[in-house]
Amino acid sequence: MSAASISSPLSAVGRPMQRRTTRRVLPGFNLTLGFTVLYLSLIVLIPLSALVFKTFTLTLDQFWSAISSPRVLASYRLTFGASLLAAMVNMVFGLLVAWVLVRYDFFGKKIVDALVDLPFALPTAVAGISLTALLAGNGWVGQYLEPMGIKLAFTPAGVVIALIFIGLPFVVRTVQPVLEDAEKELEEAATCLGATRWQTFTRVIFPSIAPALLTGFAMAFARAIGEYGSVIFIAGNMPMISEITPLIIVGKLEQYDYAGATAVAVVMLVISFVLLLVINALQAWQRRFTGAPA
Amino acid sequence: MSAPVKRLASGVSEGAWVRRTLITIALVFMFLFLVLPLAAVFTEALRKGAGAYLEALREPDAWSAIRLTLITAVIAVPLNLVFGIAAAWCIAKYEFRGKAFLTTLVDLPFSVSPVVAGLIYVLIFGAQGWFGPWLQAHDIKIIFAVPGIVLATIFVTFPFIARELIPLMQAQGNEEEQAAIVLGATGWQTFWYVTLPNIKWGLIYGVILCNARAMGEFGAVSVVSGHIRGQTNTLPLHVEILYNEYQSVAAFAVASLLAILALVTLVIKSVAEWRHEREMKTIAELSPERPVVLKEA
Repeated sequence: MSAASISSPLSAVGRPMQRRTTRRVLPGFNLTLGFTVLYLSLIVLIPLSALVFKTFTLTLDQFWSAISSPRVLASYRLTFGASLLAAMVNMVFGLLVAWVLVRYDFFGKKIVDALVDLPFALPTAVAGISLTALLAGNGWVGQYLEPMGIKLAFTPAGVVIALIFIGLPFVVRTVQPVLEDAEKELEEAATCLGATRWQTFTRVIFPSIAPALLTGFAMAFARAIGEYGSVIFIAGNMPMISEITPLIIVGKLEQYDYAGATAVAVVMLVISFVLLLVINALQAWQRRFTGAPA
Repeated sequence: MSAPVKRLASGVSEGAWVRRTLITIALVFMFLFLVLPLAAVFTEALRKGAGAYLEALREPDAWSAIRLTLITAVIAVPLNLVFGIAAAWCIAKYEFRGKAFLTTLVDLPFSVSPVVAGLIYVLIFGAQGWFGPWLQAHDIKIIFAVPGIVLATIFVTFPFIARELIPLMQAQGNEEEQAAIVLGATGWQTFWYVTLPNIKWGLIYGVILCNARAMGEFGAVSVVSGHIRGQTNTLPLHVEILYNEYQSVAAFAVASLLAILALVTLVIKSVAEWRHEREMKTIAELSPERPVVLKEA
């Protein structure tokens, strides 16, 4: 019965024919698919395969020592720890911002809504230097924090701040549409049945937005792991302490250690693949939640 | 009289006190993380007055960085636009085996670190890469030159437009296009007069975000550029060089250009979104007998 979901003005034609007619009616399938695959191969797939082939020129020992030296291990810890922390902060505040934007009215709401996308639009290098200027000892924020003994710029904490900036829109923009589509009737029913507002939120609203929230979390996390521009200015880049994994790759490249750079890059690429699959699975889960029209 | 209505409303919303607290927390968070960094760019740039600001922008190196950034965007964005439309057309309008896999591959550059994106082109076109010796023999420079920068930018901004168009075209279905074809329109006419008007706001949205990223990309470009002043420096790389040379005012002055670009992007994006919403509303309000939007003059 899967073909029945294709609704076409030609549905009077027998069902076995339908798939073929649909394909024939709209022209350009071969052209667009061919171009898509060609362009995808030239720009993305073939270059990425270069990374894999380069890895095969290394012996297993070389590969292993490149990806597991203490300095590289320290960079994994920082990159993952900071990305995880930033994505969790974004999950909480991203949900809050999305909630406030969807459910409440206040002055300047449209501007705030537009501003959420700033991290998408602002080049990462600009974000990096301006966050550093804010948090440095003589900056607007740093001058109040530093006397209290809180040092953010040029420390791992600064890395987390930069990654929070980068990841915020991912959570807001995935949760927002789901909240907008949420049926108020369910909440009314919960209230009528005697639930408090908090119970309604935790038992009715939250489960329906959880898949979107997790998707946003995974996207922010994936982006944070690969992030380079905004972090290197604020991190201080001290080996073993505040050096992120992408910077390790750049460092190895600058020393013409192409094999070492490739090995670490392969590790990052595998992680990206896994995260991409997780995000896809989460989105499929989310569609099952929301996309089943009666 | 209004008591029951009021009680019902409070059932699906929070008390005024909770509401105000949540709004305040959200706004304070947004102010600290988004508004302050943006404001800092402009105050730092103008720290030594408008004269020093303009002086920094008049530098020949800054001008060549602006030129290179524009060239990069002018090549990368149209290429990804054509790809985005082609990919969205075949993914949204047809069913075929491996469609989900193809969609995932289109998204792939989003999750690849920009640094890795730069590295792969170095491995192919660099001096020790696959084509390195051949390129050297023919005196063609790709890495540490403009073509490498353009390639890395195309990779990084690859999915932007396709990502925007695929869900939009899927939601709109095939009926209108099929009707056009049945009525005798050619493929191009169908695309031009039926599909394009339907997706134009999504298209603008995608192009503008793609452009912002193309002009602002740092990581990937930094790996392939070689940082040759006045030759292979884009605006973000120029910001980095000035900043590392402790020319703070100049760095923030150049950064302010990119911040203005970001603000313009947000404005165009918001306008496109509002127009799209309004059109959707107008269409929803049309009577079923006359489901046509009459063009305003």
